[in-house]
Amino acid sequence: MLEPLHEKKLKFLEEKANQIREDLIETLLEAGSGHSAGPLGMTDIFTALYFHILNHHPRNPNWEDRDRLVLSNGHICPVRYVAMAHAGYFPIEELKTLRKINSRLQGHPHRTALPGVETTSGPLGSGLSQSVGMALAGKLDNKKYKVFCLMSDGEHNSGNLWEAAMFAGKNKLNNLIGVIDRNNIQIDGFTEEIMPIEPLKEKYEAFNWHVIEVDGHNIEAFVDAVNEAHAIYEKPTVIIAHTIPGKGVSFMENDYTWHGKPPDKEEAKKALSELRTLGGKIESEHK
Amino acid sequence: MLANKLNPKIFEKDVEMKAIRDGYGDGLLIAGEANPDIVVLCADLTESTRSQKFAEKFPKRFFELGVAEQNLAAVAAGLGVSGKIPFISSYATFSPGRNWEQIRTTIAYNDSNVKIAGHHAGIMTGPDGATHEATEDVAIMRTLPNMRVFVPCDWIEAKKATIAAAKLWGPTYIRFAREKSPVVTTEKTPFTPGKAEILWQSKKPQALIVASGVLVHNALLAARELENEKIGTVVLNLHTIKPIDEEKIASLAQKCGAAVSVEEHQIYGGIGSAVAEVLAKNHPVPQEFIGMQDTFGESGNPWDLVKKYGMDAKDIRHAVKKVLRRK
Repeated sequence: MLEPLHEKKLKFLEEKANQIREDLIETLLEAGSGHSAGPLGMTDIFTALYFHILNHHPRNPNWEDRDRLVLSNGHICPVRYVAMAHAGYFPIEELKTLRKINSRLQGHPHRTALPGVETTSGPLGSGLSQSVGMALAGKLDNKKYKVFCLMSDGEHNSGNLWEAAMFAGKNKLNNLIGVIDRNNIQIDGFTEEIMPIEPLKEKYEAFNWHVIEVDGHNIEAFVDAVNEAHAIYEKPTVIIAHTIPGKGVSFMENDYTWHGKPPDKEEAKKALSELRTLGGKIESEHK
Repeated sequence: MLANKLNPKIFEKDVEMKAIRDGYGDGLLIAGEANPDIVVLCADLTESTRSQKFAEKFPKRFFELGVAEQNLAAVAAGLGVSGKIPFISSYATFSPGRNWEQIRTTIAYNDSNVKIAGHHAGIMTGPDGATHEATEDVAIMRTLPNMRVFVPCDWIEAKKATIAAAKLWGPTYIRFAREKSPVVTTEKTPFTPGKAEILWQSKKPQALIVASGVLVHNALLAARELENEKIGTVVLNLHTIKPIDEEKIASLAQKCGAAVSVEEHQIYGGIGSAVAEVLAKNHPVPQEFIGMQDTFGESGNPWDLVKKYGMDAKDIRHAVKKVLRRK
């Protein structure tokens, strides 16, 4: 079981998520290329993971008993980088180096470049396999760590992913928790038009997984889902997190054209103003 | 003349025949007993790739993944960054063929300590035909940064390569052949990863024959026949394609003044290309290429295929004579 999520902690997490979104916009603007929609959509989940769920030591990223967080859809790594910087893995200042030469923050994450990044990823569909390998190793060594594998919905087009799902079900890997960013978009358009993946829940159930569906922006619901996953002993669990791509920036939300591009200066200014005023609900001190 | 510590019956008609893949099975057992972190993964080819003995002896450290080679590679990658030393085996056309990108990203670039065993490599796979005869595997593996590549010449060397792969840190590819082939080496033959071994040395060598894998025996047969024709050669067993023994190849090429590469693999990108790179960089000499000449294989008796595709001892002999004319 995770630590109880008190009102105060929940408020802290929600504020943290907003700070991460702000730094995301600034980081993407500085980088001049990269993905916007996915990272914003997964910010609440990354915040919940790094600041409440994961058993980890940012100053000792290779601690052998740490929970593993695998990002299969490597292209949303900016949100991982910003969350890691906020959690203390590296200085926030370093976010400015994203996608630039000699940086540890590669355009798609690279394990040996940055401590705390568990895998090299980017090519879709193979993160779940690698997570399965880590979960198997944990079982062989009688370790208690959990392996979280974050996936996109679009990458469920890939055969490799289903090979991994089948194998995880066969081996009853209850130390493996998949999290799917169900935001309904991929590069070429809406997922159900490109290559329908529904019924997703039933597919995973047919592969012998326990499936939970949550609102991916409700941190409390997500934490509850992870607790439920921890209580399932006979199966791996997948949490289908329904998210809004571009969440928090009105003109990016649900627009697939924001999948693979960063904001320009004007757009970033507008986005930051929205985030700092919580969509106009509050007066910002730095408009 | 033959180097010391080789099989004394190497040129006899009744030379012992054993499949190179058998060395994988024996090597796995020895390595697995020595190190509990070694795990073995297979994709529905456990017996054929000689993983069976390990699976029986260490059932908890053996994983059957079914016909899913992409998963095979990437699951191993996850194990490899979690303190395990995974060996994965399938036919080389499927692994590293089908799953090359997973090997590139999750094993090589990710620097995961995975050992890839490519079985049924080369046209000597025989009756199964070209779909199952990997003739490109060395090329696609040696081009990957971080990847070490072994091509053992017989089952004893295959055993040594398997054990060495378990001990050496880092992504490694080992190529195994299916068909029984002559035993060239003995337990006492030196095997040092990265160091090519001279197996035949004439007093006045005029050509260097660099051979790998199952065709090393043919290279030795050719060397003996050439010696009878008063043509001296050196036969170098290149069991490690990467890191390549640049120093030895270059210095022997300089001494001999001509080279012939011998591989049961495509001549574009494979072992001959690796040798040519070394020569071009250090000491250019004329080179002839024995191997698959930009064509796929076919079904047939393995030894007939070797003849048909120009990789017999006679073909090596002709290649040596041809390269001497180009000196």
